Amino acid sequence: MAKILAVDDSASMRQMVSFTLKGAGFEVVEAVDGQDAFKKAQTEKVNLVLTDVNMPNMDGITLIRQLRTLPNYKFTPMLMLTTESADNKKSEGKAAGATGWLVKPFNPEQLIATIKKVLG
Amino acid sequence: MNNNQLEQHTYTNESMVYSNQYLTFMLAGEEYGVDILRVQEIKGWNKATVIPNTPEYIKGVINLRGTIVPIVDLRSRFGLENAEYGPTTVVIVLKVVGGDGNRTVGIVVDAVSDVYNVSADEIKQPPDFGRAMSVDFIKGLAAVSEKMVIILDIDHLLNSSVALPLDVSVN
Amino acid sequence: MSIDMSQFHQTFFEESFEGLGVMESGLLNLDVGTADVDVVNAIFRAAHSIKGGAATFGFSSVAGFTHVMETLLDEMRDQRREVAEETVNLLLLSVDCLRDLLVSARDGSPVDAPRVVDIQKKLEDLLSYKKEGGSGVDQHAKVEKEHGKGWNIEFSPYVNMLITGNDPVRMLGELNYLGDMSVKVDVSKMPAFKDINPEECYLSWNISIKTDISSEKISEIFDWVDGECDLKIEQIFTEVDKELIESNGDSSGHINDKIKDDHSHDKPSVEEKKPSSDRRASSGSAENSSIRVSIDKVDDLINMVGELVIIQSMLAQLGKDFDNSQIAMLRDGLSQLERNTRELQESVMRIRMLPISFAFNRFPRMVHDLSKKLGKEIELKMSGESTEMDKTVMEKIGDPLVHLVRNSIDHGIEMPDDRKAAGKPSAGLLHLNAYHKGGNIMIEISDDGGGLNKEKITKKAKDRGLIKEDELLSEEQINDLIFLPGFSTADIVSDVSGRGVGMDVVKRNIHDLGGKIEVVSKEGKGTSFVIRLPLTLAILDGQLVSAGDQIYIVPLVSIIESLQISEKNMSLIAGKAEVYKIRDEYIPIIRLYEAFNIPPKNTNLNGGLLVVVEGDGKKAGILVDDLLDQQQVVIKSLETNFKRVEGVSGATILGDGTVALIMDVSSLIRLSHQASLPGSKTPTFIANGKAA
Repeated sequence: MAKILAVDDSASMRQMVSFTLKGAGFEVVEAVDGQDAFKKAQTEKVNLVLTDVNMPNMDGITLIRQLRTLPNYKFTPMLMLTTESADNKKSEGKAAGATGWLVKPFNPEQLIATIKKVLG
Repeated sequence: MNNNQLEQHTYTNESMVYSNQYLTFMLAGEEYGVDILRVQEIKGWNKATVIPNTPEYIKGVINLRGTIVPIVDLRSRFGLENAEYGPTTVVIVLKVVGGDGNRTVGIVVDAVSDVYNVSADEIKQPPDFGRAMSVDFIKGLAAVSEKMVIILDIDHLLNSSVALPLDVSVN
Repeated sequence: MSIDMSQFHQTFFEESFEGLGVMESGLLNLDVGTADVDVVNAIFRAAHSIKGGAATFGFSSVAGFTHVMETLLDEMRDQRREVAEETVNLLLLSVDCLRDLLVSARDGSPVDAPRVVDIQKKLEDLLSYKKEGGSGVDQHAKVEKEHGKGWNIEFSPYVNMLITGNDPVRMLGELNYLGDMSVKVDVSKMPAFKDINPEECYLSWNISIKTDISSEKISEIFDWVDGECDLKIEQIFTEVDKELIESNGDSSGHINDKIKDDHSHDKPSVEEKKPSSDRRASSGSAENSSIRVSIDKVDDLINMVGELVIIQSMLAQLGKDFDNSQIAMLRDGLSQLERNTRELQESVMRIRMLPISFAFNRFPRMVHDLSKKLGKEIELKMSGESTEMDKTVMEKIGDPLVHLVRNSIDHGIEMPDDRKAAGKPSAGLLHLNAYHKGGNIMIEISDDGGGLNKEKITKKAKDRGLIKEDELLSEEQINDLIFLPGFSTADIVSDVSGRGVGMDVVKRNIHDLGGKIEVVSKEGKGTSFVIRLPLTLAILDGQLVSAGDQIYIVPLVSIIESLQISEKNMSLIAGKAEVYKIRDEYIPIIRLYEAFNIPPKNTNLNGGLLVVVEGDGKKAGILVDDLLDQQQVVIKSLETNFKRVEGVSGATILGDGTVALIMDVSSLIRLSHQASLPGSKTPTFIANGKAA
């Protein structure tokens, strides 16, 4: 069963994502910001990282950049959750090593579809 | 068992489905009944704390495991002559349903009598007593074991007893 | 699978309102001096979260409005826009507006649509004035040609494409889903086996796909690797189409599509939501019936209950084969029980306690707005915000505090010029302080304004007939006059504090909570209001008194003093009303046994015990038979099962299990003023000589 790290400082978003993914059969690890996520990613290996961009303590883009330095996260799919299709955030994310992004608002079905496509 | 007895047995089972159980008590020689589902508990009589400026039939309030419960003396409420409280005097604590919420109220009675099954169709309409007694308080009359039991409507009876306007008017 | 999103709504609203608090306090802090980039970021993040959640959970008007705020904040945090006072004020107004929108989204209450539209327009105007060469709308969007039978895709990943975790297999898989496809792989770039780096991509593909799907959908699949690959999407035309295109002189054989998807800014549909029938519109206040408790408090409670269980089993054990030799152990156990019960009581009370910051938090904003409105400079200082008080008491003390603060700002603190002329700093100081003292919570509201004007107050009181012309009052008494009903020395009843909600209402509200308020003032220097409140509404400090064989509780907070009646101070008015002289005032005597219709023990006033009380600004002396203990009593409601009784505010259960009534002093005084008191008798004692 694939394990997904869901990172967002908004509790309601975390709950929604977690609930949705668990319902689709994924295991979910939740983190409240980049720092929290980075720690958790090292304690247990996840198959995919789903992270919000704007968070205190460590933002999503920095998180991705940090994770990419870890050998077993070199090729792990990492998706950013953004609320705008503003190009600068996307390219910044990509430069940091993000696989892709999901634009908020998304509905649960979209989330699951995308995750499934990425995890194969 | 022969067929007749079987039938009777079945009949009784049916009637048990449709009948209510009533707790009856004595008050000035008359037997009254209240829906047993409304009876919370039965206590011996203990002195109640008097509340100022309340009608005579409100004996006061007691402490029922931390809740303040008012006690109504039914003899007084019904305008019957007062009696000395004796060893059989009990307080029946009842759950009363009202428009403004539910209450717990206790009534002082002479003695507890029995528990009977009374089916709905066994309760007859009471005659109109005129102004002697309000018929609102009475659900009806039932004949049980050759006795007449007065089935009380405790919601009407006790809500009105407790919620009566005060004697003293205040701005 | 469809998920019911409403289960996340409550969390969303809770965190959004918290976020609004963060935004508001952040914005207020920004006002002072230079913009702290961390603060701006925090404000931005709060708005960003609210927008994201609102959009996800379908609250489109909230999302749309917040989006504009967020855009403005984004510019500020990127330092593309300076933090100007005008901007901050507009954002503060927007926070208010957003709060209303959230409340409306949560409760279905109607929203002030014109206001929302107005503020949003102001935000947009501000944005467009300093527009940054536009975002989003791509000028190069090409028109789709929908006819054609499919697409030819040349996909050549750059060598490092895999590093972002992207896998060409995924994209091929997605393409496969869209229609019949045939794939040709190009291995020409593969190096010799020994030189192959497994982390690099050397392959490219040529895909033909038969589909009606637009090229937009095709390129979407490659969105994530835009810039990390070469992508060519060519339409496969039928012969007929080709002819048509050539004849029209249309040169595009390649339709290299990179149509950017753009979310156009939603204009919020400011719908007036119809209130749903099973939800009541909330007043927007912080009142709700749940409480957040820190885990520590709960753990304390669990520990204490554990100890209680131990003590109980110990006593039970003792009780089994008890004999007199075990009395010492019994006493021991009982005193442990007493200690434990007290600790448990305090522990439970603490659960209901929240820091007073919840009540104080509204003031920075209020002082900011009010001082601006009145043209005054006010510095707000708050201390003791972590002082805890009962949740319900705090909710009820809110309005009185607001009134007192408004009063200080409106009437207390002078205009900057007047202050300078008086040698004071132009900014007035308003200090809110809270602390615990002797089982009570004390709240002080002090200002260094002009203080209470003795002359004005005295004059007004005389005008209103509240005091007599030649009455001499101490400074303290004069200051207390402001608590009398209908008293307001504001020349113009400002809509700020003079709206008939007078100090008397404040005093009464505080009194209803079992508390007291006092004022200390020095003309020219300032005014200080001191409020004392019990730590909880459920417990009362009471004086037990007896009348006849009944015991009553008089709230200590209402008692001024108790004394033994001395005949020479007794007087009778009009042959009926008895009064007693204390220092220089006459107070009416209430015979408790008369008021409550109890067979008395003592009807002789001389040498009797008089409890002097105050309720609702009026004083009286209550004649009782005996003064008993002073103790803390737990207030039990009389109205749960009975009804409200005049003269009685509740009941309590004494140590022996019997019920004792708690006196409502104000009501009792009111009762005794009635012309006819049931069961009133002519006094048995008549003073000799002194007629009033």
